Order: sequence, then C-alpha cells, then structure tokens
Amino acid sequence: MPAMLRNLAQRLGMMAHSFDGGIHPQQHKVSASLHSEACPLASLYTLPMKMHIGSPCSPIVAVGERVLRGQKIAKSEGYLSVPVHAPTSGRILRIEKAAIPHPSGMGIPSIVIEADGDDNEEQILEPINDWHNTDPALLRERVRMCGLAGLGGAVFPTFIKLVQDSRFAIETVILNGIECEPWLTNDHRLMLEYADDILSGLAIMMHMVKTASAIIAIEENKADAALVMREALAARDDMAEVRVVVLPTRYPQGSEKQLIYSLTGREVSAGKLPIHIGVLCLNVGTTRAVYQAVVKAKALTERMVTISGDAIAQPGNLRVRIGTPMRYLFGLRGLENFTGVRILHGGPMMGELLRHPDVPVVKSTNGMLAMREASFMGAHTQEQACIRCGHCSEACPSSLVPNLLVDQCRSDQFEKAEAYNLFDCIECGACSYVCPSNIPLVHYFRYGKGQIAQQRREKVFAEASRERSEYRDQRKERDKQALAAKRKSVRKTHAPKVEVVKENGPTTATDVVNNDKLNKGNIE
Amino acid sequence: MMGLLYALLSLGAFALLAGVVLAVAQKVFHVEGDPMVDKVDALLPQTQCGQCGYPGCKPYATAVASEGAEVNHCVPGGERTMLAIADLMGVEPKALEQEATAPMVAFVREDECIGCTLCIKACPVDAIIGAPKQYHTVLAAHCTGCELCVEPCPVDCIDMLVKPELIEHWAWPLPKTRRSKLGHERRENHAGHA
Amino acid sequence: MTEVALILLSAVLVNNFVLTKFLGICPFLGTSGKVETAVGMSFAVMFVMTLASVCSWLVQKFILVPLDLLYLQTIFFILIIAALVQFIEMMIHKTSPVLYQALGIFLPLITTNCAVLGVALLNVQQEQTFVTSALYGFGAAVGFALVLILFSGLRERIEVSPVPTLFKGSPLTLITAGMMSLAFMGFSGLVKI
Repeated sequence: MPAMLRNLAQRLGMMAHSFDGGIHPQQHKVSASLHSEACPLASLYTLPMKMHIGSPCSPIVAVGERVLRGQKIAKSEGYLSVPVHAPTSGRILRIEKAAIPHPSGMGIPSIVIEADGDDNEEQILEPINDWHNTDPALLRERVRMCGLAGLGGAVFPTFIKLVQDSRFAIETVILNGIECEPWLTNDHRLMLEYADDILSGLAIMMHMVKTASAIIAIEENKADAALVMREALAARDDMAEVRVVVLPTRYPQGSEKQLIYSLTGREVSAGKLPIHIGVLCLNVGTTRAVYQAVVKAKALTERMVTISGDAIAQPGNLRVRIGTPMRYLFGLRGLENFTGVRILHGGPMMGELLRHPDVPVVKSTNGMLAMREASFMGAHTQEQACIRCGHCSEACPSSLVPNLLVDQCRSDQFEKAEAYNLFDCIECGACSYVCPSNIPLVHYFRYGKGQIAQQRREKVFAEASRERSEYRDQRKERDKQALAAKRKSVRKTHAPKVEVVKENGPTTATDVVNNDKLNKGNIE
Repeated sequence: MMGLLYALLSLGAFALLAGVVLAVAQKVFHVEGDPMVDKVDALLPQTQCGQCGYPGCKPYATAVASEGAEVNHCVPGGERTMLAIADLMGVEPKALEQEATAPMVAFVREDECIGCTLCIKACPVDAIIGAPKQYHTVLAAHCTGCELCVEPCPVDCIDMLVKPELIEHWAWPLPKTRRSKLGHERRENHAGHA
Repeated sequence: MTEVALILLSAVLVNNFVLTKFLGICPFLGTSGKVETAVGMSFAVMFVMTLASVCSWLVQKFILVPLDLLYLQTIFFILIIAALVQFIEMMIHKTSPVLYQALGIFLPLITTNCAVLGVALLNVQQEQTFVTSALYGFGAAVGFALVLILFSGLRERIEVSPVPTLFKGSPLTLITAGMMSLAFMGFSGLVKI
C-alpha cells in the first residue's frame, strides 16, 4: 500500500499503526504499578571503559585520586565515543580488567571507585536554561560531554544522532516509549513520573534538529502513560505539532526500524540509519537525560533499571547509579542465593544471559531479570527437527526466512546466509519464541554473524599480510639488484679482488617503518 | 570406389574446417597463466609460515592450482580453509594432517635481545622492528605467528605467546543442542560429494 | 506459429530429455551440486545443442544425403559436437576459470552427452525442416537447463537440511531425481490436438 494512503488510513483510525510479523508474548509487567525508588549508595562502583557502541575510553584519573560525582574520569578516544563520569564521590581504588555484562563473561579495563558516602557533586558545567536561543552545536557538545548514549539498550552515542547536516534534514522526531520487552517497566515509569522532563528534553532536541514535528509512540498496554503524556503535552504551548500515538501491543514494536515503519510507513533500508530517511528516533530515557544534561547540567550517572523476574520476591524500578554492582542490587530486592537462578541483562527476549551477578550496571542496563532455571528457556535444549510450519517466517519482523537461514548457519554456508540477508536479522527472538520444534534460531543466527565477522577480520589481516610480504619480496629483489650493480662497478674499477662483504642487503630500519606505514590503514 | 573417395574427402574437409575454427578460437581465448592461482591464494591465511612445505602462501597456491598438490597442507588455515579450497577446486575434501593451534604472536624478551637483526631478516611480513645492536620488538598487530623468527635467534629470546582474546572479537558459539552438530558432521562427511 | 509453440512445449516439458527420455542423466547428476555450476552447465549445453542441431541438419542435407554417405552420420555428428564443445570449453576457461574448474570433466563430456547426439539424430529421423530442427534443439536445451537448475536448487536445500544418515548424498539425490521425473510425467497429455 502506498505510504501516503497508509498514513491517511492510520490517521483516520481505520488502520492500526503496526508492522508485519511479530508476536504476543506474555507481558509479566509486574513492576508497572510500582513507583520508582532511589537506590541507596553502594560501597564500590565499577565503571567499564566502554559502555557505548564505538571506541573505548581511556582513564584520565590515577589510582588513589579523589573524584566527585559527575566528574569526568575517562575521556573518549575517537569520534564514535562518549566519556565516562564518576557516579558518586570517592577514591579511585584500582584501574584493571573487570567483568562487564556480556554473554562471554569476559572483562574490559574498568575504573573501580570506593564511595565515601558523601555523594558530593562536581559543579563545573553551567545549566543552559535559555536553550531556545543557544546554538545547537553548543547543545550537541553538551550532550557529548555528559556521556549520553541511547538508554534503550543499543547505547549508540546520542550526540551523533543529533547531527546538524543539511544533507540529512530531520523531518520527524520519534520518541520511543514502546518498551515491548516483557517484564521491563522502566520506560513506563519514566513516562509516568517524569513526563515534563521528557517533554523538555524532546523540545531541546527538536530545537537542535530544527523540526516542529514529533511523535511520541506508546504501546496500548501503557494507556496510563499515554494519558499522562497527553496531559503534559496539553499543558505546554510550544509543542503544537507533537502528537501521542498509541500502537497495538506487539513484540518487537519498539525496535527502531519496525517502529519507524509502523509510524511513517517508510522502511530504513539495510545498512542505513533512520537519519537517511529524515527520522530521529530516541528512547524516552535518553530524552530525559538530554534534559538533565542541558538544563540541569548533569552528566549521565544514573538511570532507571527494572529489577524483576520470577525469582525476585520484591520486583521494582530503581534509579540506579551507573557502576553499581548487580549483586548488591539483587541483594536489596531480597535475592542473595543464586543457585538455580539465571540472570538476564535486559529483557527475556533480547537480553544477555550472564554467567554471574558480579558485574556492574552499565548505560545499557534497562533491566535485570532473575529467572528460575525451571522457567528459563529449558525447552531450547530439546531441539527437534524443523517441520517447515513457517511460523518463524510469519513472525519475523524483518521479513526473512528464518527456517532456511538456520540450516545455512548450522552447516556453515555463510555466503548463502548472507545472500539471504542474515545481517538484516535484528535478533528479536520472535522466531525462536514461536518455533514448535524448540529450535534456538536466534542462537544460530548469532553464531553465523559471529563467524562471518571473524572471517572478514581474517580476510583483512590476510590481505594486509600479503601486501607486507609482497613489499618485502620487492625490496629484497631491489637490494639484490643494487648489490649486483655495485659488484659490477667495483669489479670494473679494481682488479678482481676480495668479494663484497654484505650478503643480500640487510633490512634497513627505514624500510620496515615505511612498510609499517603502508599497511597500518589496512590493519586498523 | 567413388563413394569411398567422397567419404574421405568430405570428412577430411569438414575436419579441417573444424580444426581451423578451433585454432582461431585458441588464439582469441588464450589464457595467460593460471587464473586459479590467485583465487586459491585469496583463500590462504597469508601467514607465509611455510608449514605446508612450500616457501610461502603463493607457491602453495600455485602448487594446488596447477600442480595438483593436496588441499590439506595449510596448517594455520585449518579445516575451514581446506574446505574452501576443496570447494573451489572441485575436489574431495581431505582430513588435515595437523590440527591448527590457537593464533599466536611472537614476543621478544627485550632484555635478552642482542640486536643481531637475524629475526628481522626472517620475518616474512616485516613485523619486527629494530636496528643492529638495538633491542628488537614485534609489532603484535602485524605478526602472523609463523614462528619463522624463533629458529634464527642465537640467544633464544623469542617466545610464541597465545594471542590474547578480545571481547570485541568474541563470537557466539554454536548452540549446544542435540541437533546443532548435525550440519557440521554432514559437511565433513559429504562436502564436495558428486 | 502454433507449430513453434508446440515444438517448444513438447521439447521443454512434455518430452523433456532428462526426465522423460532419460538422456543426459550423467551431467544432470554430476553438475547439479550448486546452482551457479548448474547455470553455467545449462548455458554450455544450450549453446552446443542448438548449434549442433543446426549444423547437423546442414550436414545431413548438403553432404550426407547428396553424396549418399548416411553411414557416416554418427561420425559426422560427433565431429560437429566435439568441435563445438572444444570451442565452448576454451571460451569458459577464458571467461570464468571458477566455472571451468567446477564443471571439470563434465565439460568435455558434453561431447559424449547422449542428449546432444540424441537431438541431432532425432532431428534427421523426424525429417524436420531447418527452422524446426533449430527450434527443437533449442527447446531440448531449455528443457535440460530447466530441470538442471531446478534440481540444483533442490539439492542445495537438501544439502543443508538434516536428513537420516542412510539417505545422505547420492541416495537422496537419486530419489529426488525420481520424484522430479514423476512430476514431469504429469505434463503428458498437456496438449490435446
């Protein structure tokens, strides 16, 4: 259906805003009605040097140094990166490798801060109350300085999305308040409790990308949040062209590409960003953080986290400092014994299974779920043969053919899998959820993607090695010829005397360095 | 008698015609060198280690493409490279003689290095820097782990270390279910089957 | 026009050379492992078959019949086919070395492909005209290409799906070919005149 017709039908209420495919998992939003609480200070905070997509940060503090809350402790290296700030005041205890929430259980360099309990704040940044008349570039720098990355879970550095480029004019800002993952309620609570902050943040961003049109997208099951947002919107006079759209509850409605399609009828093509079709899509939590960074001059040191799961006696929504140990947070909610309990970082559909709770809350932590082993994906170990029912193809929001892809990934036919658009898979887990044969499809896709990435890396390395080796062969050949020429001339001037001492012309340091320069670009 | 003459003449004339056409075609479609060499070479890991028994990756590629060498000699490439070459050459895959080890990098213990430059000369990819009478060091980012520098070192100050695993390079393993290995077994048994 | 359509329909579907006449089974099984190989083989066979039927008709009409040399028919036809195969072999080696490698022995073996010789012989037996014999050759080649490519697609799918050990490889390939043949039997009686 043409996008215009579809939009019209949706505006008139004749057609629901939605995408093709998707599933309806049980909601389990037990913590939806619980007011958020501030989390009491822990004694130790671990700040990994990479909590965003992009290049890691490097520490700018020394062990033993005292830091204040909001103080920058690690600076970004490279463009696609945002700095890290101290979540509370205290002393730098150590800087070393520490485990992060990652399925591998591996660690990265991290700064460990011993809290002093005073929670003194650093006040260097000036609040920008008059942001209406502030240069957007300045606001963008503020967003970068405050360490903002997408809090919906993808942690893409926010300032990059707020680009002011005439080639990519933003028409519409989409505020993502969908929260389609079961169990998670942090965005829901944010909208209920901080509607004004969120709207101010949205207004700032609309000013930055110079657009007047925005859509606040909320799923049907959060009618109260839609009501609150609508009321808050009505109370403001600067947001006439902003509307709240309620979308049907369907997983993965909150996925960026699916949400943009649901709302605008436009598809973001493979390998492109929403910005290429004039859309800026941001999570409500990020939007509130933008407000706090600009108007309150606060760096990103705290976020809303849902602690839930069937192994948690008292689920809830906590405003947690980034870097807080997960074991401490689970302890606060009455979970101390982790035998027979599996921990998920994020929601049950796309979250990462963690090996142990001794990891910190990071910028991407929207939820922490403790699930009893019995209720936890037990079925997936009993994989059966594919019966070609096609349920996975129907459920796939990216319109892929998962049953074919899974066979290709399983038998390492990666070229074919790529040809069938494996990389358009958003790993939402809808196919695994509907599979009657308990095939862990997404696991196979992740395996396939990982292997392809590995092969690409090896290919690049091999290419570089080949180039270096060929360069070396050429140089040896050149040296040999030079030597031969030299010998000849020596023989001509003097009578046949002693042989020339040097053999095969030794490698000179400059040559090696040149070669190094030549290939550096290929390796990195 | 006349019939026999006609038969010989017509068949001979026709064969001559075909021969001329083919000779012209041979000139037009002449192939320089063996294009398969580069294709095989592109599949090899370019460690230049010589473990295949040839002096480098390119000579081995030449041997496979035009001299009919076995496809299973590349040790660092492992099973995947062997399967890829077998697939390209359209031959039956052959079991590897030697298991591929974890990726390694060379490391010079600098306090023991005497600065003899022998390892620099041995390195096929110029991944060791240094000058005479100066400490040498290995550029880990360029080292292919070929071990060719270990032998020439007169003071045995070069260690081969396992390449550290990076979290960015971590890849999901195959799911551990009853059926997940089926695809791999099939590939091992039947890849290249006519 | 009707005749043209009937000849093509007959050669491609109803009297398919591979699945109904069971000619050319060897390359059909040998080169259907991958779709790309099958497509390459299909074009090679298409080229050889069409030109072979044209040339053989000309030879039959202007050499063999006037000189009363019909006993040399098979030798002449094989000569034509062999020359054509040599030609296409050189061409593929130049244009696509990978395809050349993948087709391997099956490329020169088109020479002795019974389907190619079969077309040439059937043409002269049925006393076709020049145009219809060219059409028949082309149609037969298209039919060969159709089933070869379809079959390679099936085999690629089978290759990646878990099947019982007993059926892996050749057994399942042969069963699949048999089932395709059964399916093509359904085309008989497609056209009633």
